[in-house]
Amino acid sequence: MEQISFSLNNKTVKVEANPNDILLWVLRTKLGLTGTKYGCGIGFCGSCTILVDGEAMRSCGMAVSEVAGRQVTTIEGLAIGDKLHPVQESFVMHDAQQCGYCTPGMIMNAVGLLNNNPNPSREEIIEGMNENLCRCGSYRRITDAVESAAKQMNGGSNK
Amino acid sequence: MKENQIHQLYFDNVDRPVRSINRRNFIKKLGGGLIIVFSLSSFAFKSRSEDDHDKRSDEELDLNAYLRIKEDGTVDCYTGKIEMGQGVITSLAQVLAEELEIPMNTINMVMGDTELCPYDAGTWGSLTTRFFDPLLRAAAAEAKAELLKLASIQLQCAESELMNKDGFIVSKTDAKRKVSYAELTKGQKIVKTISAPPKLKKAEDFKTIGKPIISTDAIKKVTGQAVYTSDIQLPGMLYAYLKRPPAHGAGLKSLDVSRAQSIPGVTIINEDGLVAALHNDPLIAEEAMVKMKAEWDIPEAKADTISIFEHILQTADSSRTTEEKGNVAAGLQEAENIVEANYLDGYKAHASIETHAATAKFEGDKLVMWASTQTPFGTREAVADALNIPLEKVHIKQIFIGGGFGGKIYNQQAIECAKLARLTGKPVQVAWSRQEEFMYDWFRPAAVVKVKAGVQNNGRLSAWNFDIYCAGPRGTQDFYNIPNVKTQVFNGKNVHPFATGAWRAPGNNTTTFARESHIDVVADSLGMDPLEFRLLNIEDPKIRKTLQLAKETFGYTAAKTGANRGCGIAIGADAGTIVVLVAEVEVNPETGVVRPLRMVCAQDMGQVVNPHGAIVQTEGGLTMGLGYALYEDIEFTGGAVETQNFDTYDIAKFAVTPPIECVFVDDMNAPPQGGGEPAIITVGGAIANAVYHACGARVNQMPITPQRILEALA
Ligand code: FES
Ligand code: FES
Repeated sequence: MEQISFSLNNKTVKVEANPNDILLWVLRTKLGLTGTKYGCGIGFCGSCTILVDGEAMRSCGMAVSEVAGRQVTTIEGLAIGDKLHPVQESFVMHDAQQCGYCTPGMIMNAVGLLNNNPNPSREEIIEGMNENLCRCGSYRRITDAVESAAKQMNGGSNK
Repeated sequence: MKENQIHQLYFDNVDRPVRSINRRNFIKKLGGGLIIVFSLSSFAFKSRSEDDHDKRSDEELDLNAYLRIKEDGTVDCYTGKIEMGQGVITSLAQVLAEELEIPMNTINMVMGDTELCPYDAGTWGSLTTRFFDPLLRAAAAEAKAELLKLASIQLQCAESELMNKDGFIVSKTDAKRKVSYAELTKGQKIVKTISAPPKLKKAEDFKTIGKPIISTDAIKKVTGQAVYTSDIQLPGMLYAYLKRPPAHGAGLKSLDVSRAQSIPGVTIINEDGLVAALHNDPLIAEEAMVKMKAEWDIPEAKADTISIFEHILQTADSSRTTEEKGNVAAGLQEAENIVEANYLDGYKAHASIETHAATAKFEGDKLVMWASTQTPFGTREAVADALNIPLEKVHIKQIFIGGGFGGKIYNQQAIECAKLARLTGKPVQVAWSRQEEFMYDWFRPAAVVKVKAGVQNNGRLSAWNFDIYCAGPRGTQDFYNIPNVKTQVFNGKNVHPFATGAWRAPGNNTTTFARESHIDVVADSLGMDPLEFRLLNIEDPKIRKTLQLAKETFGYTAAKTGANRGCGIAIGADAGTIVVLVAEVEVNPETGVVRPLRMVCAQDMGQVVNPHGAIVQTEGGLTMGLGYALYEDIEFTGGAVETQNFDTYDIAKFAVTPPIECVFVDDMNAPPQGGGEPAIITVGGAIANAVYHACGARVNQMPITPQRILEALA
């Protein structure tokens, strides 16, 4: 066991863990943030997606030591107080979730995508989201939600 | 998580535990206010699910839900149905808001809690909207009438002078004369049943229904606050990992737990077939499970992914005739043309993104449990039986469910969890890995459909022999007006190497694929257009209308739509709903890869209670359907399920989901029909037909893979 420290949703946390412990489980059990979901454990579904230094990553394939000293954001850290992140708001407005289980991973992946490319075309959104799975079949609504969130974040102007 | 938080999971307002077993007691224990109790059988809305449970007393069946206008003016609606992403928690609340003239945020839906809600057999079969909606409206209307009566006394004003508005009863002439529902129900306890059959409000009068609304649910889901079964962390809870055999039917030969046992804090259980490692850190529990060394006797494989269809035909030893009209043998003899083919469908997984999970603890001698289940009451019974304790000693609580599709009707994980909680004396969580999920799924069965059709040169179908192996007859009732029809269902006890069960619209995906493919093949054999051929043979005005609507919406002119492009039609009937799907695809003739371009889906689901919800459900079903049509297949050798994760089990993804357009034959005078399942049944047939018209490959086996397309082209 070691003490590993990183920034989690803008607060510094220190956690006792084996350096190789899988980040997903450290977040869920040791740090009590259960919004990040398990879906496959092998990087094929995207339910466990989080942001590390602003980039979308799959926490089921990361060791906790990989985020030492870095900035981790989970679904719980996206809204500011009661104010939803534009992507969250857009998901709600587009009814982009059914059972909601894939939703945190979808939203985190979308935020990561927009961090990299604030003005994506519809094709770029589809390509960037393609490895996140939704069994309820909400893909089209999610694409719409990300598209309009991008517009909104760019002050309503989208090329 | 604190104890009181745990108690209040999902809804904050659940204050008064009541039992469901006895109607009289049940009502006695309800709090004050105005209470309307009602049941599915009130107006002969009797469903199959109830017939299945005839061992339950009438008294119990007689109460399926109730509505309570509480003394603070908020409204609770209690039902044993559950929400698993199909949106009923919102649509039912919308219906209530609409009929009771109250804001959505004053409604509290309490669903699927075995102590708070009356008994319910389970949430499946698209029954919720179909049967529940009209009743809920009738109950609300009853409540409204009662409130009017109370208000007329209080305001000393004739009922005809009053109206309901935003939780108040207001004088039509003097807006200042009003009284709130809260004031009216304060200190009251009025219990009523429904006395008049449901009257449906007209669409133009809807205020709430049909409007996209922001449910509290949605906010919880997008912020990560929605709690699913495996998110619950109880004080002192142990995470359990079970040692699984490599194949179904395997027997444990030897077990060595010494290396696992040496890990500090690990509890090992090896009792009546249950081999598990538990720890308060799931990573350590898993490590211990892996370190247990087990040897297994694996039974000889009788079938595999390839040979299963032959195996089915050989081992299905029981049959029954589900439809017979005219004389099919004579009809075939007289037919000018006979077209024959077999259609195959492999095993499919439910593959909800949330795996099966259960979290349980004993409070004294009573087990309290959360389980990702479509059947909370069935789970209660299964768990009580497994532990050999009375039903009263098991409480299944309401919780978010991450998808079901028929896969969460069965409760193995709940039984495992309950047993481990008793054996360890600690709170326990069992959350299946994806691998366990694939292993223990009750798959949609592999199936064969043999079709023999007779058709006259003028295009009229004259005979139809439909032999269904291992898929049910749901939705197979002939609607092509064929004079001579025989439909038989064949099954056998030892056909499948693992469990099979209900998968979103059971059986109907397979049989609709077979029928609609074959209809196209027959039309093609006469050189007829597949749409015209269908119109020629179908007399039912509802189906014709739905087909016309699909045709116009799509802008159909011919099945061939361009170079390597084509569109396919499929018609299906399920849960009272008629579906017509027109799907357009492009096929790469070099690689056999199919790209869906567009789907237009027309449905007659009677009155569309919630058009927005119906569209969301239809899109979801069609998207999911692309998976079974094009990609999904379980690979196995005997009882060893080789498909273990999403790396080898492809479901539909963003990039293959085309634009989807949903249109409805909105019949305001008809009762609402099912919306959660029907659309999906048409995807296989429509895609198969579209692939044929795009490139000439007729593939009779799902999934319609590139390899099968290339083989058909060769
Ligand atoms: S759980 Fe990480 S990608 Fe599926
Ligand atoms: S909303 Fe259910 S898996 Fe995406």
